Amino acid sequence: MDITEVPVSQDITGKKKKKNKKPKKKSVNQEGNGEGSGVLKTEQKMEKSEPAGAAAGAAFPPTFSVSEIKNKQRRHLMFMKLKQEKRKQKMQLKKKKKKEREALGDKAPPKEVPKTIENQRVYDETTVDPEDEEVAFDEGTDEFSAYFNGLTNPKVLITTSDRPRGRTVRFCEQLATVIPNAHVYYRRGLALKRVVPQCISRNFTYLLVINEDRKVPNGMVLCHLPDGPTAHFKVSSVKLRKEMKRRGKDPTEHSPEVILNNFTTRLGHSIGRLFAALFPQDPQFVGRQVATFHNQRDFIFFRFHRYIFKNEKKVGIQELGPRFTLKLRSLQKGTFDSKYGEYEWVLKRHDMDSCRRKFQL
Amino acid sequence: MGDTSRLCSVWLGSETGILKGVSLSRKQAFNFCNTSHLSRDQEVRALCWGDPAESELLVGSVDGTVKTFSTEKGAFTETRRYGEPAEGCFTGLAVLSGSALVTCVECGTLRVWREDSSEAVTELDAGKNVCRMRQSPVHRHKVATGGKENGLKIWDLERPEKPLFTAKNLRDDWLDLRRPQWVRDMAFIPDSEKVVTCTGYHQVHVFDPSSPQRRPVLEVEYGEHPLTALSLPAAGNAVVVGNTHGQIAVLDLRKGLVRGCLKGLVGGVRGLQCHPSQPVVASCGLDRFLRIHGLEDRKLQHKVYLKSRLNCVLLASRDLEDGGGAAGQGGPPEVKEEGDDDELWDTMEQVEERPKRNPEEEEELQKKKSKKRKKEQD
Repeated sequence: MDITEVPVSQDITGKKKKKNKKPKKKSVNQEGNGEGSGVLKTEQKMEKSEPAGAAAGAAFPPTFSVSEIKNKQRRHLMFMKLKQEKRKQKMQLKKKKKKEREALGDKAPPKEVPKTIENQRVYDETTVDPEDEEVAFDEGTDEFSAYFNGLTNPKVLITTSDRPRGRTVRFCEQLATVIPNAHVYYRRGLALKRVVPQCISRNFTYLLVINEDRKVPNGMVLCHLPDGPTAHFKVSSVKLRKEMKRRGKDPTEHSPEVILNNFTTRLGHSIGRLFAALFPQDPQFVGRQVATFHNQRDFIFFRFHRYIFKNEKKVGIQELGPRFTLKLRSLQKGTFDSKYGEYEWVLKRHDMDSCRRKFQL
Repeated sequence: MGDTSRLCSVWLGSETGILKGVSLSRKQAFNFCNTSHLSRDQEVRALCWGDPAESELLVGSVDGTVKTFSTEKGAFTETRRYGEPAEGCFTGLAVLSGSALVTCVECGTLRVWREDSSEAVTELDAGKNVCRMRQSPVHRHKVATGGKENGLKIWDLERPEKPLFTAKNLRDDWLDLRRPQWVRDMAFIPDSEKVVTCTGYHQVHVFDPSSPQRRPVLEVEYGEHPLTALSLPAAGNAVVVGNTHGQIAVLDLRKGLVRGCLKGLVGGVRGLQCHPSQPVVASCGLDRFLRIHGLEDRKLQHKVYLKSRLNCVLLASRDLEDGGGAAGQGGPPEVKEEGDDDELWDTMEQVEERPKRNPEEEEELQKKKSKKRKKEQD
């Protein structure tokens, strides 16, 4: 029950005197506290009156901060007042700037660009330079070279984890309409390592496995088949066709165009090529459908649209098809072998999360 | 070209066939390529020094050719074909005294070649699926091989009929099933006969050929993924291992405990090497980076982006920072400064003898005070 707001000298004398004197000291301290609190109250009243009385933009005494008030309600009130003051000042500043801008007209300085996390992104040294020969050679001879040289056509096998529920099944069916030349098969509890050689013998080029958890798709394993890399993604925000507002009719059999946005680093390039090789290559676009893989902050957003050019500059789009987001968890060299395979990239949360402005893709 | 290659203290082989040299003091990486036309056949699988003076590098490629690179001239001087690509890629290259070359391929054929002849002088079969062959740094004619379902075998090249030491597999497990074995990398421990190996089943084994026991003397498990690379630091009793997930750990061989992990690598480790004298370790892997960690504080010292996946790394014996001359000049003046400090401290000590009584007096006073307080409380 010792009260701590008493100055230091009083404390020492309090300790050295005998117990009998302590209760007297306490009472003295309480009185002192009463005075002290009284003093505090008056101080606060003074401070409350100050902003009310003072002109807008008056500063508090420099040693005072809102966090020093011990009473929660009063502290909250003071903080609210502080915020309102700040907001007022900000609005006034904005109005002033706007007036100046209008006054200057054409000569006004250009608008300042606000800072966003994408703006402040730490420069990644693995960003691919388009003229780099070594990277061009590396990409030209990697596992996708057969596709990009026009030698093979994609053939995709879509399956799920064992015993899928309704949502996942519908998701797979819709994916099969979006990706041309895709076949959905029921996974009869077969091991993926045994499925892979069978697919290779039947000339499939991709194996897509949607993993399900609690009746909702949550993971995706995308394996490029002859000997290609295997990517494991986390799937979130899956929206099926009937959940979409203002959607168009179902997609037709035409091959869609592919748009890959913002895959800048070397890892991003590999993943981008992985997605691009899912769809057949045909420079003469037929059917105005487009599949977009947009990478932002290491999340890949998939959207499927139908577009129509109204004139040279205006496009109308309607969204069809499912939409989902992916986050890369690992990229493994070679076909699916999670135990003994060699990983080219693994998501390590504690190592990578240290800087908010650093992204891998 | 020669100047750049003389600066490089770290050499790496990549999957695209390019030999890369890195100079850490200048923070620059240089590509040395044989022909202007690159191809995946030239993927570098094995690297070793051609001579003890480290003026020549031997680069073994997938198609069975071994190229000699001279660090003085900065160019490839020779190319020789040492076997068919059908046999598999090189799993080990070593140089014997007398300009003989030892090569080992994946199908298990270990050959010793001399410069003059195009046929192997000695040939032996080390089993199938050999993953690695290493040469003992002390006894140059001893080599060790190991692979998938192919245990550790130590061979003496002068008596190639039978291995000197064949390791026995571990005891059957608790279900009486045969334990699978997959030796990925090995190293000879200096100053003793022991050999340490790392396996694809995340175990590290130490074998002692001088003891009658053919099973491992020490077994350590680390992680849940296959260990792909191994290296022994200059300070003994430890081993650095890396696995396919990019986890690198320093293990203590006395008891078999993990001393610490080196962080930073995100891809599978393909090559690890500790510097012969400095406490640093260089690691390279599938994430296309060369990383140099200090072994004492386990912190990342250097990180270099090299655009292709890297297969093997080789360190020069000289100082990594390449400031060998500069360090020498910095040495003597530092010593002199320390000498001056000693003189200062000598003079100081004479003054400090007197105030020594004060702390003693203070202690007495404090004792008295504490006694008084105790009395008061009572």
